[in-house]
Amino acid sequence: MPKNIIEKIWDAHIHKQRKGHPVVLTIDKLLLHEVTSAQAFAELRRRKLTVRHPERIIATLDHSIPTTSDRNNIVDINAKLQVETLRNNTKEFGIQLYDFDSGHQGIVHVTGPELGFTLPGETIVCGDSHTATHGAFGALAFGIGTSEVTHVLATSTILQRKPKTMLVEFIGSLPEHTSSKDMIMKLIATIGVAGAKGHIIEYTGEAIRAMSMESRMTLCNMSIECGARAGLIAPDEITFDYLHNKPYAPKKSEWDKAIQYWKTLGSDVDCYYDNVVQVDISRLKPMVTWGINPEQAISINQIIPNIEDAEQAYQYTQLKPGWRIKNQAIDWAFIGSCTNGRIEDLRIVANILQGQQVADAVRMYIVPGSEQVRQQAITEGLDQIFSEAGAEFRMPGCSMCLAMNADKVPEGQRCISTSNRNFIGRQGPGSITHLASPATVAASAIKGAICSAEDL
Amino acid sequence: MEKFTGITSQAIGLDMHHVDTDMIIPAQYLTQIERNGYGEYLFQRLREQDADFIFNDLRYQSAKVLLTRSNFGCGSSREHAIWALMQAGIRVIVAESYSDIFYNNAVKNGLLLISIEAKIINALIEKSKQAMLMISVDLHEQFIMTSTGERFSFDYEPFRKACLLKGQDDLDYLLEATR
Ligand code: SF4
Repeated sequence: MPKNIIEKIWDAHIHKQRKGHPVVLTIDKLLLHEVTSAQAFAELRRRKLTVRHPERIIATLDHSIPTTSDRNNIVDINAKLQVETLRNNTKEFGIQLYDFDSGHQGIVHVTGPELGFTLPGETIVCGDSHTATHGAFGALAFGIGTSEVTHVLATSTILQRKPKTMLVEFIGSLPEHTSSKDMIMKLIATIGVAGAKGHIIEYTGEAIRAMSMESRMTLCNMSIECGARAGLIAPDEITFDYLHNKPYAPKKSEWDKAIQYWKTLGSDVDCYYDNVVQVDISRLKPMVTWGINPEQAISINQIIPNIEDAEQAYQYTQLKPGWRIKNQAIDWAFIGSCTNGRIEDLRIVANILQGQQVADAVRMYIVPGSEQVRQQAITEGLDQIFSEAGAEFRMPGCSMCLAMNADKVPEGQRCISTSNRNFIGRQGPGSITHLASPATVAASAIKGAICSAEDL
Repeated sequence: MEKFTGITSQAIGLDMHHVDTDMIIPAQYLTQIERNGYGEYLFQRLREQDADFIFNDLRYQSAKVLLTRSNFGCGSSREHAIWALMQAGIRVIVAESYSDIFYNNAVKNGLLLISIEAKIINALIEKSKQAMLMISVDLHEQFIMTSTGERFSFDYEPFRKACLLKGQDDLDYLLEATR
């Protein structure tokens, strides 16, 4: 029977299944960070268990750490304790930790791929809902809770029900001034925040094939925002080129063998999906959210729609139906997160900021996704461009994406952000978030109001 | 994991769709390394913003059954959301639907999530607002019954049902399966 890529990976990882029970699914890779792992290790210890495959796990620091240059001095005592706990746990159980100044500390979904830890055909999990990012490599990657982190630590398996599958086909190629961020935002606006609930998505289309790995990661990253468990893209030459010679990627003869296998992963002709959605992107315009969840998004030239049940959204974002989203004044601009904190994103931003000034009323944070991204940006001189434009180029971490550390948008202030969630208070209590692409955020920062790069 | 067989309790109605885990427990309260201590921060931001928010209403203080709408628990995978709900006393949620990760996290902690048609939920939430509504949940027989005498049956995965009734958690199952 013809199979799609999701079924192929799933079937290859069934360790055991008893009749009427969920599948015992083998997990190849686990990623850890400081916020959702401490309780998992505590449980392991309580039960006197060991880590079954420490070599299949990496850890890093991202969520609660400061992004200031003196970040080693963590002032928040709870955050400090979380970081120290992760250091102790990884040491005790023999797990590789990418700590500060290792060259690879960063947001777990930026660090994993850049090390080649994320490989096609694998099952990859992390105690974080944006784990779907790794799906860009043709891996089945999804977020799990802390209890399941314990399960993977102890057994390298978890119990899972077979997911439904969904094909999302993007028709056409990307117009100028748009990016994969606009594509995924368009999909979410089209099918809604629960539109793919219970499904794993495969993304296809000519635009996907033409896209860099960074852009594919941005796209897969936001799969969870339409309710999908995961989202993935079949691997191709672009995937293989990206992975070649990465630290964890297979070497020499192993590499050739791996490529052969990876080439078999693509969906078979005539395979089945439970659901198929097509999205025409040939006339896509930059997208911006106006409300308090990612489906409340429009293209930049549209007016804010009048929809039922959205009173809370209008009230919270202080916007009204019928208003334009364009030209709304902003106080903050944030570039970063596991969605758009990669080198390609920083290059786009630098390109727009070059020779320009961030508006006086706007404070702009540019937070690289990892130490490697930061180093690369410095090598290319992007940091110079950022500081000359008046933006703050900070140390790597999640930062203002979820405002767990000191990086917060103050109450009542409006931020345009490359992150992935515009939930109430996500960027700090009382903060207002507009999600957009790196190009749109950079352009808006210069203008001091929401606009696209085309409008400059 | 605690066993769950049944419960009778007052119900609290949260009349919202897409309640995300950031609302249930805001990120600023996640800088802990313990599983305890989250109950008092349940819905903290919504409670601060709105004095009339239902979780500020002392009349519902002892409610163990939460009634709510669709896609409950979407967003972040934080299991802290489950811990916060349970530590605040919630044992059962009756809603139209749940996000996948939230559902998974709940079954691993003994929190019973029941899915019921939107129409019925609407009616129950309305009733819970007007007067004290008691709800009995019977997992064995898979039905809920209200103090106003209505009875609704619900579907539940047999495997998960057995786990809840016995208080058996996945880790024992997996350790055995991978021995
Ligand atoms: S950058 Fe934001 S979305 Fe990504 S892992 Fe960090 S907090 Fe989560």
